[in-house]
Amino acid sequence: MKLPVHTSPYGSLPNNVTRVMGEVLLALVPGIIALVYYFGWGVLINIGIAVTTALAAEAGVLRLRKRPVRPALTDLSATVTAVLLAIALPPLTPWWMTVLGVLFAIVMVKHLYGGLGYNPFNPAMAAYVLLLVSFPVAMTQWLPPVLLNEHPLSFVQTLSAIFGGGLPDHLTWDTITSATPLDAMREQLKMNKTISEIAQNPMWGDFGARGWEWVGNWFLLGGLFLLWRKVITWHIPFAMIAGLLLASGLFWLFDPESMPFPGFHLFSGGMILGAFFIATDPVTAATTSKGRLVYGFLIGLTVFIIRTWGGYPDAVAFAVLLMNMAAPTIDYYTQPRVFGARDKDNA
Amino acid sequence: MSMSNREIIANGLWNNNQALVALLGLCPLLAVSNTLINGLGLGLATTLVLISSNATISFIRNWVRQEVRLPVFVLVIASFVTAVELAMNAWFHDLHKILGIFIPLIVTNCTIVGRAEAFASRNPVPQSMLDGLSIGMGFTLVLMTLGALREFIGQGTILSGVHLMFGEAARGLSFSMGNDFHGLILAILPPGAFFGLGLLIALKHVIDKRNAARAASRVETVPAEAAPAEG
Repeated sequence: MKLPVHTSPYGSLPNNVTRVMGEVLLALVPGIIALVYYFGWGVLINIGIAVTTALAAEAGVLRLRKRPVRPALTDLSATVTAVLLAIALPPLTPWWMTVLGVLFAIVMVKHLYGGLGYNPFNPAMAAYVLLLVSFPVAMTQWLPPVLLNEHPLSFVQTLSAIFGGGLPDHLTWDTITSATPLDAMREQLKMNKTISEIAQNPMWGDFGARGWEWVGNWFLLGGLFLLWRKVITWHIPFAMIAGLLLASGLFWLFDPESMPFPGFHLFSGGMILGAFFIATDPVTAATTSKGRLVYGFLIGLTVFIIRTWGGYPDAVAFAVLLMNMAAPTIDYYTQPRVFGARDKDNA
Repeated sequence: MSMSNREIIANGLWNNNQALVALLGLCPLLAVSNTLINGLGLGLATTLVLISSNATISFIRNWVRQEVRLPVFVLVIASFVTAVELAMNAWFHDLHKILGIFIPLIVTNCTIVGRAEAFASRNPVPQSMLDGLSIGMGFTLVLMTLGALREFIGQGTILSGVHLMFGEAARGLSFSMGNDFHGLILAILPPGAFFGLGLLIALKHVIDKRNAARAASRVETVPAEAAPAEG
């Protein structure tokens, strides 16, 4: 009797794009709930706008390319791109900016390069950079976290602000929005204030800014879930955080009055979200284990460099895009030794 | 070797458009196409240089030895660029200030030395001048299209700065969406030039493909109609 011979692996979990993307979405939930709690309904409305646009754009482009539409819509990858972009945007972003960003991400960054799996740049971050460079004012108008917000907007008020740009009569944009912590820190350092003077302001909490640090913690929880489910490996987040902490720590030890505490860097802006959810994008990141360490470390380092000396307050998007460009080269130089080959053969 | 005048014009404007097909002269193309008028100014200057350098090189082509032809071409081109630059400085001083270094840099534009080598050094003077004109107009048209697109998307205007070229009387021709317009600033920045050029090239491919398909279907139908007559 002949038995069929199978090759390994003998036992495997169903592993496909839908499962991976679904778990990424699930892992984002705690962070999103925290964002909604601290910054109001705008976050959810943005996610709604972004996901709707992304699915419509994906379907439209696939029809144009004469590809099957249904599998690409149900694999959730467009949804993940849209959600990642939406939570990176300020809560009161006008609706058309969100739509424009998502269209750019799906049509230009993803499909013009060949669709899922072929894009060299992270679509969500490319779209974020497009919006940040093009609309610098609107993109830096964040709401203060709820603990400090004197005029929290209701759901309907948020909706009208996003779709019509209208605010309740007694409010103006200047009274309800404020700079992000990274922006505030940057401006005050420019005015030659010392860190201990800046820290007097009620917006600062234990590590980073109040509210923001907790959002970071909840995203961290989601990231650990992804690690546990083996959707991502530890290399990129670890190396990215290490790169940032090492660089900021060195400078902080050297000059603690003009360089912010490393923990502040870690829990401000998009760092945690970037380390676990954005830099780990399997399509655009480096793929070898050693390469991932290099890739993550360089992102962390670049984030610190741009935040400290660059022209923009936050830098995760820029750093990720720059390293996307470097990823193929990093992979080339970090190819692992083929099992059984000697080092000489590989060189 | 010799081409009909019709072919020369079609080549310069479309089939062998230096910006869309040969992808030559990208540096000025991307740097100066931020408004329509800038594009027009640089395009016309380039055209003028192309016509005069093509004519001169074609005229001297039988006396220049093969070994030294490139230095000679560059000398000729550089002389004309200098003349055009001085002329622009005199008569379009403000436009000259905006275009700045890109006018002297016309001398390094690969299109011009490319046409000198590929066309003017092998063809008689009239054809070479026509080639210079059509290649230059093809380049100018792309510069203007890209400039208009970037200007409109980036700052919501068309023909801004028209008075720099056509005098104060033309100032009313420029059109603006008003100050409330949220331009996509990226379109004005260098990345916008790359995106815009990429999309224009894609558009040209689409048109060419459609034309080819139409031509193919015409070829198929014509013999079918002609067959009974032959029979």
